Amino acid sequence: MKKIFIAAWATCTIAFGAAAQSGGLLSLLDEQYSLDRVTNAFKSPRVINTHSMEMLSPGTMDFRILHRFGEVSQGAYQLFGLDQASMRLGLDFGITSNLSAGVGRSTAKKEVDGFLKYRILWQSTGRRNIPVSVVWVSGMTVNGLSDPIGIEGVPVTFSRRLGYYHELIIGRKFNEWFTLQVSPTLIHNNLVANRLVPNELYAVGIGGRAKFTKRIAFVWDYTYVINRFPANLNYNPLSIGFDIETGGHVFQLHFSNAVGMNERAYISDANSNWLKGEIRFGFNLSRVFQLVKRNIF
Amino acid sequence: MRQQHLIAVAAAFALFFTLPAHAQKLFTRDGVVSFDATAPDSPETIKAIAKSGTCVLDKSSGAIEMAVLIKGFIFERALMQEHFNENYLESSKYPKAVFSGKLDDPASVDLGKDGTYNAKVNGKLTMHGVTKPLNAPVAFTVKGGKVSASTKFSVALSDFNISIPSLVSDKVNKTASVNIAANLAPMK
Repeated sequence: MKKIFIAAWATCTIAFGAAAQSGGLLSLLDEQYSLDRVTNAFKSPRVINTHSMEMLSPGTMDFRILHRFGEVSQGAYQLFGLDQASMRLGLDFGITSNLSAGVGRSTAKKEVDGFLKYRILWQSTGRRNIPVSVVWVSGMTVNGLSDPIGIEGVPVTFSRRLGYYHELIIGRKFNEWFTLQVSPTLIHNNLVANRLVPNELYAVGIGGRAKFTKRIAFVWDYTYVINRFPANLNYNPLSIGFDIETGGHVFQLHFSNAVGMNERAYISDANSNWLKGEIRFGFNLSRVFQLVKRNIF
Repeated sequence: MRQQHLIAVAAAFALFFTLPAHAQKLFTRDGVVSFDATAPDSPETIKAIAKSGTCVLDKSSGAIEMAVLIKGFIFERALMQEHFNENYLESSKYPKAVFSGKLDDPASVDLGKDGTYNAKVNGKLTMHGVTKPLNAPVAFTVKGGKVSASTKFSVALSDFNISIPSLVSDKVNKTASVNIAANLAPMK
């Protein structure tokens, strides 16, 4: 009997306590109601070479100017590679918040590339707790050289110029400071050098960011190719650099052993050896334009 | 059997005492908060709107609290929104702006009766990790038992340690004028 009274008294006290709590009016509303989507996991839609988990906002266009210089190991005569430059001009478009498309053209192989990028899952907390963002990218490349094959008796057809890439990006912004993503990738080249070189390359990309000030972040990406032809003197692409945001532009300054600037090129074309100093300075310059203004009022 | 009765009575008691306390409160989850921080000669308008401000008002005491997620502000240009979140308000570090205060004279506002009531609210605004006192006029309109409230005030960005780089100082004003409108419903 006594116990029950104590229980009743306790219940009332707790109930009163909750109601009488001052300064916590908002705590009466369920905090879980709001949905907090994680944004700005990376400064730009690429880590360095690899597509990042970040998407463009709808109605925006990202004008991207990419440069890769010659190998630093060439020495002072070539100004440590700066005398040679390879570039890619590209336009990426944000169509919806989860869909982007882009085109670009590289000087290497006079290659045109295009891609579609779709965000399947968006990392969020609150009403829905999703620990990672998942993004799918599919792209296609067209070799534009007048003679892309260079072997007599092998006719140049359009399909022999083509390559494809598919990429599944799984990424998480752990906190303001650290972001990490993993991207299983499939590359398909319609034409390869010989029978021993596989048409299909399976690869896993990994990339990350350490943002140490509001405007500067350290970024890196690496792609491990699982079934590279062993005798092929080729190296997996590793790039490290800095993202610098200046307000209107994002500069990505980096060193890399890869010269290609689309997924097919930097993964399956010849890369050089970091350990021999065969690295290149390069930069990505990104400028985002608002093509369609949002009507907010 | 008797024990169960007593527990039921106790529970009923608890409900009885909490419910009326809640009925004294009005709330919203879709308060509209907008601001304009366009500098006088700016070529671009710097405005944003958030449509999911939460607010609770205690009718009897006049206590009022409001919060808005910084990330919820939508700008005309995506880049402005990104800079607002990343560089100026640092929304991942300080996700919310919260106001907590009291009506000066709650007795003069009878939200049970149709009419328009002009009141003053006095309290503290916390955003970007800084808390400052804030006084603002609030207009309550009661029509057919439905309560709506609106207010307008301005905040100095420097008061809240929001630094604007000189490069954009001709675009971003030193103060932002804030408008808030909310339809308040009784809390059940």
